[in-house]
Amino acid sequence: MTRRMVRTSLRRPGYAAALIHRLSGIALALFLPMHFIALGTALQGADRFESFLGLTQNGFVRTGEWGLVCALAVHMALGLRVLAIEWLRYREPTARVVSGCLATAFAVGLLFLLSGA
Amino acid sequence: MTARVDHAAVGPGATGALRVRVRRGETVAEFVVPRRANQTVLDVVTEIQRDQDPTLAYRFACRVGMCGSCGMTVNGRPRWTCRTRVATVAPDGELLLEPLRNLPVVKDLAVDMEPFFEKWRRAHGFFEPGENPPDDFVAVAPDSPARQEVDAGIECIACGVCYAACDLVTWNPDYLGPAALNRAWTLVNDVRDRDRDGRLAAVAGDAGCHSCHSHMSCTEHCPKGLSPTFAIAGLKRETGKAALRRFWRRG
Repeated sequence: MTRRMVRTSLRRPGYAAALIHRLSGIALALFLPMHFIALGTALQGADRFESFLGLTQNGFVRTGEWGLVCALAVHMALGLRVLAIEWLRYREPTARVVSGCLATAFAVGLLFLLSGA
Repeated sequence: MTARVDHAAVGPGATGALRVRVRRGETVAEFVVPRRANQTVLDVVTEIQRDQDPTLAYRFACRVGMCGSCGMTVNGRPRWTCRTRVATVAPDGELLLEPLRNLPVVKDLAVDMEPFFEKWRRAHGFFEPGENPPDDFVAVAPDSPARQEVDAGIECIACGVCYAACDLVTWNPDYLGPAALNRAWTLVNDVRDRDRDGRLAAVAGDAGCHSCHSHMSCTEHCPKGLSPTFAIAGLKRETGKAALRRFWRRG
């Protein structure tokens, strides 16, 4: 029988916060090159830029946009949490603070949807 | 559900039976132990060793939460077993006992604490009085900010529970770990200590305080209610300031 790995911290709020922070950071890093490509087309004239923006009207890209907004919001909220712990000596109640960060991110995502973007 | 108990078999004073599984190397041994009022997990292990299997290896000394030697993994969570009541952790009458994570197993439930204490040494977790320590006592105001930082972390009993709970130690075996860094933080705030810069340099490396991801596992599991995460955050601040000072002087 192989030794079972005892994992104590899975599903703990602090672990979830660190995992989501990393994954949202990777998602944003992957998005950046596409963002620069979009900006690059603007340098080649308004027509090229408009035709590129036309590609963003399909549902898949719009869902991705919403995901990016959520990723940006959750990355910022969880980043502020880490900064508060490390530089402002904030002794956080972890579960409540992490829940607040996630709720803020989803609220921002909801506002994005409601704004009709 | 608590298993039906044969009182004649399990002895007087029992109110039920506990099904206890104990990891012994690559296998798991099963025992049935009488359930008693106010029984601790350490009582259960001791009862197994005395009445059922004298070859079972585990470690304890004080039985009152002072020595820090009885740490084990109880139902998947690292705990001090002498102050952990069975009623709290095994409401359904089942216990799975394993050695602490992140430390080499000597035998059964006893782990080798040497890597843990070696990291205390690497983090300069010892008081350094300097070459000419003062003859008289140093007056330290109890309400001074430095003393209050020390107070917040000084009650560590070196049980290794935080070290076993830490994911970073699992991922990077060189990582100094919460207990050693917490000790370093109490010494960084000790006004009598003369090794502040050396200690900050010791904890600033790749396996030092900056590796902490603030998972908070150490803080959540510490049986003494300490918060090594916040001590490590203090070290991050002080090592950051020390780096800025060095940069400023060089410029």
